[in-house]
Amino acid sequence: MHEFRVTVGPASFRLLSQWARPLDQMRALYADYPTPEIVDYTVRLEATSLLRRFIRPSAAINGDYMLPDAAPLPADQGLLGLEMGMNLQMALGWRRQMILHASAVERDGKALIMTGESGSGKSTLSALLGINGWRFMGDEFALIDPASGEAVPYPRLISLKNEAIAAMQESAQEAKFGPLMKGTPKGDIRHMVPPREAIAKMTERAKPVLLLFPRFGHEGAIRDMPPSETFMRLTQASTNYVALGEAGFEAMTKFVQDVPARAVDYRSGEEAMELVEKLWEELS
Amino acid sequence: MKDGRLLVTALRDPASTAALDADGWIALLTMARAEQLIGTLAFRLEGQPMPDGIAAIFEDARTNADYQRKTALWEADAARRALASYQGKVVQMKGTAYVAEDLQAGIGRSIGDLDIMVEEDDLREVEKLLLAAGWEWVKEDEYDDAYYRDHMHELPPLIHKTRDRMIDVHHTILPKTAKPTPDAKAMLGNGIIGSDGLAVFTPADMVCHSAAHLFADGDLAGGLRNLWDIYCLLMEFSRGSDSFHAELQSRAQHHQLEPAVSRAIRLTGHLYGDSKAPPNITDRFYIRRLTARNGCGQQTRKFTRFAFYVRSHLLRMPPMMLAKHLWTKWRKG
Repeated sequence: MHEFRVTVGPASFRLLSQWARPLDQMRALYADYPTPEIVDYTVRLEATSLLRRFIRPSAAINGDYMLPDAAPLPADQGLLGLEMGMNLQMALGWRRQMILHASAVERDGKALIMTGESGSGKSTLSALLGINGWRFMGDEFALIDPASGEAVPYPRLISLKNEAIAAMQESAQEAKFGPLMKGTPKGDIRHMVPPREAIAKMTERAKPVLLLFPRFGHEGAIRDMPPSETFMRLTQASTNYVALGEAGFEAMTKFVQDVPARAVDYRSGEEAMELVEKLWEELS
Repeated sequence: MKDGRLLVTALRDPASTAALDADGWIALLTMARAEQLIGTLAFRLEGQPMPDGIAAIFEDARTNADYQRKTALWEADAARRALASYQGKVVQMKGTAYVAEDLQAGIGRSIGDLDIMVEEDDLREVEKLLLAAGWEWVKEDEYDDAYYRDHMHELPPLIHKTRDRMIDVHHTILPKTAKPTPDAKAMLGNGIIGSDGLAVFTPADMVCHSAAHLFADGDLAGGLRNLWDIYCLLMEFSRGSDSFHAELQSRAQHHQLEPAVSRAIRLTGHLYGDSKAPPNITDRFYIRRLTARNGCGQQTRKFTRFAFYVRSHLLRMPPMMLAKHLWTKWRKG
């Protein structure tokens, strides 16, 4: 098995693969990240059968934590498989912070958290803000420390989907991109390496001061979100809220009480960024 | 050590981990996760010197084990409430019983499904009460359903529709088609009712059941954990009573489980205890199967595992019945 180790924020991974190529791609994209000695999780990319190692290669995503019914991927989407495997380890295994399915950016030591379903645009929005004066903290998971309430960065590769790919290539011309993977279970996917600053500062935490629920494709609007609804939505958006027990309940309650929340509708990246800047101004 | 003996040694002798380097620790953790023993190991190694990164992983594992313990007890209580109007005895089995009784085997143990046992004649009533309380059949398939009801020792699995947790309702110890016929009525009848209204087996029967489950049924997948359970039960019960071993021998004979229980005693001694005698030929083969795991978390020794897989089917059914079963399963794809 080929091997590559990488640290992303507070978590470290050992990635194993029967094929060299996906790991070579990972190595190139994660070139600026630290290499750990001790890892938290192992992810394995393995052929579904001996035949499928060589002919129409098909890769199962295995590791410390696995989904019993996860569908295998064509081996040339191995990079995506490894990223999915890493997400799965965090979602199912991580207990050191409360995990929110959310993106996060930071300015002046304060964090903006954006949560929403797939397609809400939270990932693209964090990438856009990350090249427009904010520090990118993560596009998939916001880790909230139960003791301090701070957000811990998890700046993995930014996963761009479908229309967002061309848009970001246009906006972030100096950025490093991974291979374009067409026809994945989630459409076209291309990974983007976060800005240098995001990687260099990946251990610097920030206090969340604003929570947004972005929604792409609706006329520009901002609405207040009551704490009760925020609480319910965030319990749904957390992968380990229940498993953390009382600590999770306290972290969530404190978060909802301390951090104002708004729903934001938008039709374009520019519009979203304007709305975000406006809200940020009002609050500070 | 490139196989599961790395994990076995760490469980047997926690101080031995002082010799591990970073890669040794990673191999140990990966094996422990794959064998569902990470929580057990986390408690077992508490207080041992180890790198910070490893200590943080064990801390996660202890948090998670605590959550699993609470969830298991909650689920057992949910079943108790659902069966409140049922007059018969409800025995909690396996992991849930160990945590309910605060046994050493329950410390850090991973617990998936809830296993309970009730009187065979009362199955319809119990099934009706559980369905009314929100459990539903996992798979609606006539052949599987009929197979379970005609030949197995438990109902087809039920899952709770909002809590997403499975319950296995047993009415006997081994599949009806297996050769030994443990005296399930006696096990149930002697079950000790706790303050919560749910029962557990007597200590000797608990060991008999665990040994039957491990050696007279199934292909030994995940066997290191089940063997650790038995090791803890044997240690704890024999410390608590001088007559435990005699009692265990007599119950094992009564349940026709003498071979399974003897093998369990020998193998716990070889792997987790301080047995100095070399294992006999068949025990060596069992040890090869139990430790078929590498430091990447993969299963190894394909042939040995396949042999135990075939054995598990032969234990369950006579050859003609097996052929018919495999034929039906194959045709259905």
